[in-house]
Amino acid sequence: MAKATHSLTRSFAAHAILAAYTVIALFPVVVIIINSFKSRKAIFRSPLSLPDRDSFSLIGYETVLAQGDFFLYFQNSLIVTVVSLFFVLLFGAMAAFALSEYRFRGNTLMGLYLALGIMIPIRLGTVAILKLMVASGLVNTLTALILVYTAQGLPLAIFILSEFMRQLSADLKDAGRIDGLSEYRIFLRLVLPLVRPAMATVAVFTMIPIWNDLWFPLILAPAEETKTITLGAQVFIGQFVTNWNAVLSALSLAILPVLVLYVIFSRQLIRGITAGAVK
Amino acid sequence: MSASEEKKRPVRWHIAVFLAPAVLVYTAIMILPLFGTLQLSLFREVEQQQVFVGFDNFRILFGDPRWSESFWNALFNNTWFFIIHMLVQNPLGVLFAALLSSPKLRFSVFYRTAIFVPTILSFVIVGFVWKLILSPLWGITPDMLDAIGLKSLFAPWLGKPEYALTTLSLISVWQFIGIPMMLIYAALLSIPDEVLEAAECDGVTGMSQFWKIKLPLVLPSIGIISILTFVGNFNAFDLIYTAQGALAGPNYATDILGTFLYRTFFGFQLQIGDPNMGSTIASVMFLIILAGVSLYLFGIQTRLRRYQF
Amino acid sequence: MKSTTLKGLLLASTLLCSVGLAYGQDAELIIESWRNDDLEIWQSKLIPAFEAKHPGIKVKFTPTAPTEYNAALNFKLEAGSAGDLITCRPFDASLALYEAGHLAPVTDLEGMKNFSDVAKSGWSTDDGSAQFCVPMASVIHGFIYNKDAFDELGLSVPQTEGELFAALDKIKEDGNYVPMAMGTNDQWEAATMGYQNIGPNYWKGEEGRLALIKGDQKLTDDVWVQPYETLAKWKDYLGDGFEAQTYPDSQNMFTLGRAAIYPAGSWEISGFNNLADFQMGAFPPPVRNAGDDCFISDHTDIAIGMNAKTANPEAAKAFLNWVGSEEFATLYANALPGFFSLSDHDVKMDDALAQEFVSWRGKCNSTIRSTYQILSRGTPNLENETWNASANVIRGTESPQDAAKRLQDGLSSWNDNHK
Repeated sequence: MAKATHSLTRSFAAHAILAAYTVIALFPVVVIIINSFKSRKAIFRSPLSLPDRDSFSLIGYETVLAQGDFFLYFQNSLIVTVVSLFFVLLFGAMAAFALSEYRFRGNTLMGLYLALGIMIPIRLGTVAILKLMVASGLVNTLTALILVYTAQGLPLAIFILSEFMRQLSADLKDAGRIDGLSEYRIFLRLVLPLVRPAMATVAVFTMIPIWNDLWFPLILAPAEETKTITLGAQVFIGQFVTNWNAVLSALSLAILPVLVLYVIFSRQLIRGITAGAVK
Repeated sequence: MSASEEKKRPVRWHIAVFLAPAVLVYTAIMILPLFGTLQLSLFREVEQQQVFVGFDNFRILFGDPRWSESFWNALFNNTWFFIIHMLVQNPLGVLFAALLSSPKLRFSVFYRTAIFVPTILSFVIVGFVWKLILSPLWGITPDMLDAIGLKSLFAPWLGKPEYALTTLSLISVWQFIGIPMMLIYAALLSIPDEVLEAAECDGVTGMSQFWKIKLPLVLPSIGIISILTFVGNFNAFDLIYTAQGALAGPNYATDILGTFLYRTFFGFQLQIGDPNMGSTIASVMFLIILAGVSLYLFGIQTRLRRYQF
Repeated sequence: MKSTTLKGLLLASTLLCSVGLAYGQDAELIIESWRNDDLEIWQSKLIPAFEAKHPGIKVKFTPTAPTEYNAALNFKLEAGSAGDLITCRPFDASLALYEAGHLAPVTDLEGMKNFSDVAKSGWSTDDGSAQFCVPMASVIHGFIYNKDAFDELGLSVPQTEGELFAALDKIKEDGNYVPMAMGTNDQWEAATMGYQNIGPNYWKGEEGRLALIKGDQKLTDDVWVQPYETLAKWKDYLGDGFEAQTYPDSQNMFTLGRAAIYPAGSWEISGFNNLADFQMGAFPPPVRNAGDDCFISDHTDIAIGMNAKTANPEAAKAFLNWVGSEEFATLYANALPGFFSLSDHDVKMDDALAQEFVSWRGKCNSTIRSTYQILSRGTPNLENETWNASANVIRGTESPQDAAKRLQDGLSSWNDNHK
C-alpha cells in the first residue's frame, strides 16, 4: 500500500518534470506558428493570444507564397538530406566494418585519419571545394551538396559505428564464415542488422546539420532551382526583415514539413535506436 | 579480429572494397581542401603572393596582444559555453532519459517527440525566435515574468555582456538536449533485463537501482556524449552568428572560437578576410579538439570500458 | 528498391542542374548583390526596362544576405562561379577585388562620363587613374521623426543639438513615446546612424576626414571624441532594454508609432513609407551652435561592376552603360527613394521624404563615412572597431576617451600615417 502511493508520487513527479520541459521545448514553435496567422499590429499588441476574428490574417502567407517556391525548396532539401544520409550510412558502415573487423597494417592510423574530419569544420575548405565543383561543372547542382555532406558526415559516422561494431560478439560472424558466407554477406546480413540502433543514432546526428546548413547551399548552389529550404527562409528573412507577417509565415513553412516528417518517422527512429534493446 | 588471424592471406581485397568509397569521398572533398587551407597558416600574403613564414603567424596570434586577447577571450568564452552544456544539457538529458525509460510511464512517446523537436529546427529559426521571445520590446518574457510578479528579474539578457553568453549557451542547450536524451534512453533500454531482475532480487530498486546499476552501465554512452558535446561546442558558430552577428556582441562577450575564426578567415563588412591568420586560428582549434579527443580515447574511454560486459 | 529511388533522385538532380544551363540562346547576365530587399524592384521595374531596350539579353538578380555577401562573393570569384555583374561595396572591399583581377576596369565606358570625380571616388584606385564600378547611389544620414507625435507635443524641428536634447527631454517627460528608436544589439546602427551621422558636424566633414587619413588629426583629438560624448547622452532616451534591441526591432518600434525620433539613413524611406501610418518628416544632424556650418554624411554606398571573367562582356558593358543613363537614374531613385543617384543627370524624385533628405545637399557640406577610405585596410579594422566602440559608449560600458584611445592605438598599430 505504502509502496503504491510512493510510486504514484514518483510517477506524478515524472509527469510534472517532463510536461514542464515539454512546454519549454514547444513554446517557441507555438509562438511562431500562432503569430504567423495574425495581423502585424496584433503580433505586437498581444504576441501570446491566439488569432481571433479581428486579428486573423493570412497576409504573411500570401506574401511568402507569391515570392518563393517553397515547395521546390523543400523538395531540394529533402533530396539532398536523404541521398547524403544514405551514402553516409552505407559508406560509413562499410569503412567502420573494415576498421573494427580486420586487423591489417595501418588500421589504427586509418582510424585516426578518418576521425580527423570531426575536428575541423569543413567550412574552412570552402575555396578548394568550390574550385573542385566549378572544375567538374557541379556548381548549382544538388549533387555538389550531396558530395560535400557525404564527406562531412562520414568521420562521425565511422567514429560512432566502429565503436559499436567493436562490441559485437565474434561468434555470430565466425559461425557465418564457417557456413561459407562471403565477407560482404557477413557485413550485409549479419552485421548491419545488429548495428541498427547505432545507425539510427548516426542518422540523427548526420541529418540535422545537413538539413539546417546555410553555408554550402549559399556557396555551391544558390540558384533558384537548387535553393534549399533553410537558404530560402534565410534569404526571405533578409528581404522582409521588418515584415514580420512574412517572416513568421516563412519560418512556419520551414518548420511544418520537418515537424510532420519527424512526427511520422519518430516511431521508426525510436524503434531503430532501441531495436537492440528489445529482446 | 578473429578470422583474419588464422593465416597470412595474400591480399584481402574486401578490406579495400569496404574502405574505398568512404576514403575516396572523404579524402577528395574534405581532407585535401582542409589541408590546402591549414597549410596557409604557414604563409603570409605579400603583394598578392603567398610567402612562406614558418610559424610566424602563430607567434603573432599568441604574441601580439591584439590577437592574443581576442583569442583568449574566445577560448575562455568557448570553455564556459562547454561547461554550461556539460552542467545543464547532459544531466538534464540523463534525467529525462531515466524518466522516459520507466516502463509504466504514460505519454512517453509524446514527451520524447516534443523534447526532441527543437533539435530539428534550423539555427535561423532558433536564433530568430529566441531573440523575439527575449526581446524587451516584444514583451513575451517581460509579460510572463510580470504575470508571476517577477518583472524585476527581467533584463535585456542578450544585450548585457555579463549575461549574453550564458543565455546563448542555454538556448543552445534547449536546442540540442534531445540528442543526449535519445542516446542515453537507447542505452538504458539496452540494459539486459537479467541484470535489472538480479538487482531487484537483491533489493536494489528505484533511485538506488539507477545510481548503482543503470548509471554505471550507461557511462560509456555518457562518455561518447561528452566528447561529442566537446567537439560540437568547440566547432560551434551558427547560433552565435545568427543571434549576435559576426562581431559576437555585446563587446565580444559572446565571441567563441568559431565566430573569431569566421570573422578572421572570411572577413566581415570592411574587414577583408585573412585566410592566413584564419588558418592559423583553425589550426589551433584543430589542436585543441585533437587534444580533447585524444584525452577521451586514451584516458577516459579505456577506463569506461571496464564497466562493460 | 532503394537504389532505384536513388537513381531517380540523382537523375532528378541532374535534370534540375541542366535546367539552369538550358536557356543559353540569349546572353544571360547574373547580378550579384547584397540588396535582397530590392529583389522585387529589380524583377518588376529595372530588369524589364533594360530588357525592353536590349532584346537578346536576359538579366537575373540573385541577392545574397548582406552579412554573407562579401565572403560568398569572394569565394565565387576565386573559384570562377560568380555572376557577370557584381554589386560593389565602396572603397577597399571592391578595390581589393579589382587588384586581384576579379573586377574589370570600367574607366572608358560611355556611361562613366555622367559621373563626377567625387561620385567615382568610392570605386577608383588610390591615384584616381582607373575606375572599376559604375556608381549607382549614395545614402544620406539624418533623423526621421514622427510628425504626428511632434505636433501632439508641440515640438518644432530641432536646429541645434541643444534643441534636439530639449525635444528629447520633452518627449521623455510626456511618456507616450520612446524618445529615440535605436538599439545596440546589432552594433552597426550605433556607429552608422550614431557616430557617422552626427560626427561630420564635429570634424567638419571632408576637412577632418582627410586630415585623419593623412595622420594630421588623431581619433583622440577633441573633434573625434566629442561625437562619442554626445552619443553617450543618447542612452537616457532609448527604449527599455535597448541593449538587446535589434535593428528590425528599432524599425518596428518607430513604424508602429511607438517612438518619436529615429536616427536614420535615407535607405529607410521606402520601407518606412510602406509600414508607417503616420506623417513622417526628416531633419539633418543638428549643428552644435546656431549659425554653424552644417555637414552631412552623403555616403557613396553602392555601385556595380563587371566580373573580369564574364562570358558575356559585351552584354555586361551594355548593362553598365545603361546604369550610367538618365533612364536608370530616374527609375532607380524613384523605385528606391532614399538611394540618391550619383550621376550628373537632373533626377526628378516624387517622394517627399526623399526630397527633404536630398535638399540638405544644397545647404550643408557633404562628406562620406570617415572609416571607409584607407583607414579600414588593416587589422584591427577601424570600421568594425567603431561599431563596437559606439555600442559600448552608448551602453555606458566604455568612456568616450577610452574608446577613442583604443581606436587610435589600433589604427596606429598598422597605419603608417599614424605610427
